[in-house]
Amino acid sequence: MNLALPTLVPVLPALGAAATLAVGKRAPGLARPLAIVPVAVSAVLALVVALQLGTGQVLESATRLTPTGGPEITLGFYLDGYSSLISVLVGLVATCVQVYSTAYLKDDLRYPSYAALVSLFTAAMFLVVYSGDLIVLLVGWEVMGICSYFLIGHHWESADARSASLKAFLVTKLGDVPFLFGIFLLGADAGSFRVSDVLAAAGEGRLGHPTLIALLLLAGVAGKSAQFPLHTWLPDAMAGPTPVSALIHAATMVAAGIYLVARLLPVFLLSGAALVVLAVMAAVTMIGSALCALAQDDLKRVLAYSTVGQLGYMAGALASGDREASVFHLVSHGAFKALLFLAAGVVIHAAHTNSISVMSRTPGLRKRVPDAYWTMGIALVALIGLPPFSGFFSKEAVLTAAEHAANGEALTNGVGPASAVPQAAGWIVLISAALTALLTAAYAARLFLVAFHSPAASGAGLAAAAPVTLPDHEAGAPYSPEPDEADPATAEPPAMRWPLWVLAIPTMAFGVTSLRSDWLPALLDGGSLRPSAVTAVTGTGLAVVGALLAYGAWRSATARLGAGRPAPALEGRVPEQAGAPAAEVIVADPGRTLLGPLFGPARHGFGVDRLYTALFVRPVAAAALLVRFLDREVVETYVRGTGAGANLLGRAVRLAQTGNAQTYLSALLAGVVLLAVLVAV
Amino acid sequence: MHLAYPVVLAALLFSVGVYGVLARRNVVLVLMSVELMLNAVNLNLVAFDAWLRDSLHAGQALTLFTITIAAAEIGLGLAIVLLLFRARGTADVDRATALGDPAESAAEEAPAGAEALKGQAAA
Repeated sequence: MNLALPTLVPVLPALGAAATLAVGKRAPGLARPLAIVPVAVSAVLALVVALQLGTGQVLESATRLTPTGGPEITLGFYLDGYSSLISVLVGLVATCVQVYSTAYLKDDLRYPSYAALVSLFTAAMFLVVYSGDLIVLLVGWEVMGICSYFLIGHHWESADARSASLKAFLVTKLGDVPFLFGIFLLGADAGSFRVSDVLAAAGEGRLGHPTLIALLLLAGVAGKSAQFPLHTWLPDAMAGPTPVSALIHAATMVAAGIYLVARLLPVFLLSGAALVVLAVMAAVTMIGSALCALAQDDLKRVLAYSTVGQLGYMAGALASGDREASVFHLVSHGAFKALLFLAAGVVIHAAHTNSISVMSRTPGLRKRVPDAYWTMGIALVALIGLPPFSGFFSKEAVLTAAEHAANGEALTNGVGPASAVPQAAGWIVLISAALTALLTAAYAARLFLVAFHSPAASGAGLAAAAPVTLPDHEAGAPYSPEPDEADPATAEPPAMRWPLWVLAIPTMAFGVTSLRSDWLPALLDGGSLRPSAVTAVTGTGLAVVGALLAYGAWRSATARLGAGRPAPALEGRVPEQAGAPAAEVIVADPGRTLLGPLFGPARHGFGVDRLYTALFVRPVAAAALLVRFLDREVVETYVRGTGAGANLLGRAVRLAQTGNAQTYLSALLAGVVLLAVLVAV
Repeated sequence: MHLAYPVVLAALLFSVGVYGVLARRNVVLVLMSVELMLNAVNLNLVAFDAWLRDSLHAGQALTLFTITIAAAEIGLGLAIVLLLFRARGTADVDRATALGDPAESAAEEAPAGAEALKGQAAA
């Protein structure tokens, strides 16, 4: 197979990024084509590469980059079904996002740098996916991190965006340091950084410290894929422009961690402890984030928490030893979550707010953005996991994997022995995934109902009186104000509408590819992705129950509202809500009823941020103050002291220079006498 | 004649000269005190020359040199004093402090400065 094609896939967007940066300011007309064309061509090339590679084959080529004295670093590819599948997803989403951004950031002054960063980000993701060497993979991994930092901080005029970008950078770096050591240890144990050598070493059991390696790598994965202890950056990252959220924080970058574990799964299978840790991490992440999503008022934060939860699903599938299910869910989630975010961007533009409770009072929102309304509905149904949408199949694959792992017959598909997966990991994932299915359905239904179907919105006369653009967010909660790049009268320009429908196709149809074993599974490990009857019924049933619960709660809340009585849950919360605008009160929010006393903590992410502030931010800030004190007051005192000492001495010597010759002579005489006495004695 | 007499006289003369140089304010008197000191030295030279019975009379010869140089020196010194008086209208040593540190009011702080300097030298 020609190596030029896979080489061009990561190189083209990088060149496009450089060209966009170089000419973007001088020739604004060129910025758009330069942003879209390289990414689109890469996407096509990725598809061509995937088709040429076919199923069940591995393309590997490597050239030595530099002699290191230790394990060598090589520049090369390792292409198999996983990488070609994910590269197609990355290309598709990136192209949609670039097209969408041309309309979304139409009047943005910094559009060229934004587009260049998106292109560079795409190149880095391609590099991660294609790379056959862990060190080169790490390069792409870190480039994505820095692009993410810049893109989250795109609206750097607002303090929220600045702090969110710093937070994302620091938190992911916190995971990347152990990740780096994990790669070093893996390379040292396997004697090579090449993925194929590492996998061979893992297969032969030559790795000396599999648990340590796996845990170190998991720290990096937790940072990048926003799993439990390090997930806090993702909801705040919504301060970036919405297309960035769609690209980075839903479809690609956060998927890099999952992809890495999938690729190195044989290493993880060597350590049951690491799998249990991964399972617990995934379980805490899914349930916690689903509860948080149920309480958020910011549309994008709901989606962000949902992303965290779905990544938990993927991690759970990996903990169950089934990387097929994980990557399957990754791809289907990538499509429908990107769709959700892009649709959310349209809605936010039309409503001029991020808050779903304010949206609920926007008259005729549903009719102003019909495409976003319908595609969002499709994507939410996929998120809930109702057949025949893609989310159903991928989520059932995860549940099936967990069920098999819990029975001790994990679906490792030849990657490792089924006994390598502890049954405990399977049980943890199975139970939490079932619970999350319920919660996911509830928050998806709540989002849809509150944002689009509130009676205030349909009875336009009632809501017309209410100010629509009231900024409605709690003090302290990060809020991402989107500048009004688009004219609200034409809320859905074609460049923003068509990507939605393009992404809606895989959202609806991708799941079907898993039904026959010679379609999608043949591209991956060859195992079955067909949902098993028990989990399919349970999962779908739970999802339906969750949606119905949300609907019921919403109906009763609406009814209470209609009757003019505040919801009972509200009465106890008056002190807390005292500073909040009255808009909160008149919205029927099923989340409040469903969560009950948990609502307050869930809205603030269960205080994890506050805990981190107390545990890490304050000590670090205090240490910084101490260092500042030591530097300013101690070290600089010595420096200033030498200056002041010389100054004082100089002043004393100046006193001697009176200009009176007799004084000088007196001093001279005194000196002579003194010397004479000293010599004589 | 015993050596002690001329030597003690020379020492007294020198001390008077030193006192005059250090304490008198008028420049002419300072110059005269310098002459006293030179002559005390001359006296010593002659006295020791006689006491040592030097066949070459190096001491007396040196005295002649000293007298010559003193004459030249006093001529030069008086010329400077004359110029100083013409320029400043005064011949006070205390007030000719133009070469001192301009920031300080030199005349008042001179004793303190001298004392500080002495203290430093002693230390």
